[in-house]
Amino acid sequence: MGMTPEEYGKLVQRASPPSPTGKNLVMAFLVGGGICTLGEGLLLLYQSMGASEQNAPTLVSVTLVGLSVLLTGLGVYDKLAKVAGAGTLVPITGFANAVASPSIEFKSEGLVLGLASKMFLIAGPVLVYGTAASVIYGVLLWLWERL
Amino acid sequence: MALRKGKNTILFENPPSIRAWAAIGSTMEAQGPLGGSFDLIEEDAYFGQDSWEKAESQMQERVVRRALEKAGFSSAQVQGAFAGDLLNQCVSSTYGLRALGIPYVGLFGACSTMAESLLTASVFLEARAMERAVACTSSHFCTAERQFRFPLEYGGQRPPTAQWTATAAGAAVLERGERPPFVRGAVVGTIQDLGISDAANMGAAMAPAAADTLKRFFEDTGMRPQAFDLVVTGDLGQVGFDLLRELMAREGHPLDHCQADCGLMLYDREKQDVHAGASGCGCSASVLCGHLLPLLRQGTLKNLLFVATGALMSPTVVQQGESIAAIAHLVWLSHDRSGEVKSCRY
Amino acid sequence: MQVLIALAKAFLVGGALCAAGQILIDRTQLTPARILTSYVVLGVILGGIGLYPKLVEFAGAGASVPLLGFGSLLAQGVRRAVAEQGLLGALTGGFTAASAGVTAALFFSLLVALVAKSREK
Repeated sequence: MGMTPEEYGKLVQRASPPSPTGKNLVMAFLVGGGICTLGEGLLLLYQSMGASEQNAPTLVSVTLVGLSVLLTGLGVYDKLAKVAGAGTLVPITGFANAVASPSIEFKSEGLVLGLASKMFLIAGPVLVYGTAASVIYGVLLWLWERL
Repeated sequence: MALRKGKNTILFENPPSIRAWAAIGSTMEAQGPLGGSFDLIEEDAYFGQDSWEKAESQMQERVVRRALEKAGFSSAQVQGAFAGDLLNQCVSSTYGLRALGIPYVGLFGACSTMAESLLTASVFLEARAMERAVACTSSHFCTAERQFRFPLEYGGQRPPTAQWTATAAGAAVLERGERPPFVRGAVVGTIQDLGISDAANMGAAMAPAAADTLKRFFEDTGMRPQAFDLVVTGDLGQVGFDLLRELMAREGHPLDHCQADCGLMLYDREKQDVHAGASGCGCSASVLCGHLLPLLRQGTLKNLLFVATGALMSPTVVQQGESIAAIAHLVWLSHDRSGEVKSCRY
Repeated sequence: MQVLIALAKAFLVGGALCAAGQILIDRTQLTPARILTSYVVLGVILGGIGLYPKLVEFAGAGASVPLLGFGSLLAQGVRRAVAEQGLLGALTGGFTAASAGVTAALFFSLLVALVAKSREK
């Protein structure tokens, strides 16, 4: 074809419809906000039941993670995510979905090389770079205190 | 013998006949506008199997068996099976055809496989290397998702340019025979790459390949697009369809109203959540074998250019930053065995 | 009333953090995995410089539930561990703080995956 990639790129940009950002934004805000509100409600509930200040947020995380994994197993979470986008991606429930979904999907390749090893397919980078950043922070902190 | 016309176009002196065909699909395909044209519909996306890959193989086995049954042949009477699919090492075809015992040529052309298998089988038949052959391909939404994108339960959003991989397969039985339709000609595609790297915009990546193949066909033969009832591309979807229209107009071969795309025919984009349209080898295969071949046999369509398009990338090379290489193979299908091209629209 | 205010704050701040993620999805070529990773790393930084804990104090779960909060949690864990164990804390602190969430995700996923089957969309 007598056309450069640059020319064609412009043509493609014109022919490709953009994502409906306005609608997506509203849904992400509503659903994401909703999940956080649920978290806050659980936090207040656990505190009123006598959970310590340190344990209550941990219990909230664990509850939300469990709920998300369950909904993933029931095939509901991905349907919600189709509408909510980042609203279901950014909360910790999105992390839990990223752990659960490949483990369900790749169970067909066995419990070890399928289910377990593919568990980190999407969530792995989050743990790797999250802990790496925290180690660097720890070293800097340690050095700072020695100066 | 097959003659070469111009630079790249193959014309068959004794055009192979397509004796019978079959198409198989699942729930989404049944709900689409062509739902009634499928020979077999299986509501269970697992096709009674315990993995998605086995399901896709099962789909190919069933569709080939049905096509052979309609042709009135046993698998022993067929000298060649030309098949391929999207999965690594084309396992859907290999394991789907394993039980049939037909000499097997595995092809990889991604979503262009239906045209690739038809044209390869036709050359073998015309060379008298075979009397009868099967051309077949399949795709499955779930196998494609897990190989190329995300686990099915993963919560993600698809952009409007994304296409939906059809859970479908098609098979055609070719012979050196007299029943229409006939494979009159073919063009083997060249690998085209205009630098598109967005795997969620396959139509844009493949449109230049379709344009290049069509341009070579029209230049080699001196025919005009308007002489054909339909110039039907494989699975460009809405974005690629619009781009092909524009590219062909720029090249001086405007497609006008004879342009159609299997990716826009299989599903109802208003009612079904498929974004830019359908894709996958099974899309063009099932639209051809379910919908278009019967129309060609009846003579409702006289001449048709079937241009199946394929994106020849793997997740590995795309992750390494490569752009998406694409191909389009063309097959000229006709109700008539010989003679001038006369569209029934004129 | 206080409960309602707390819930409203969580809704607004959590919603806003998610909406920011949506802009990244729609307007950049970033894949979801990259967005999650960026959020966690950014959370470590914001937690490390002490900004994020202030947001958590204000919005509660609205700030701690998004993955930025997970990053901030890692940073706080490291800060505590470094104070107690010295340099070794840089290695132990992160996982110690995140242990419940991560272990829950792994264990629950194992349980569910043993029972659930991949299904068609």
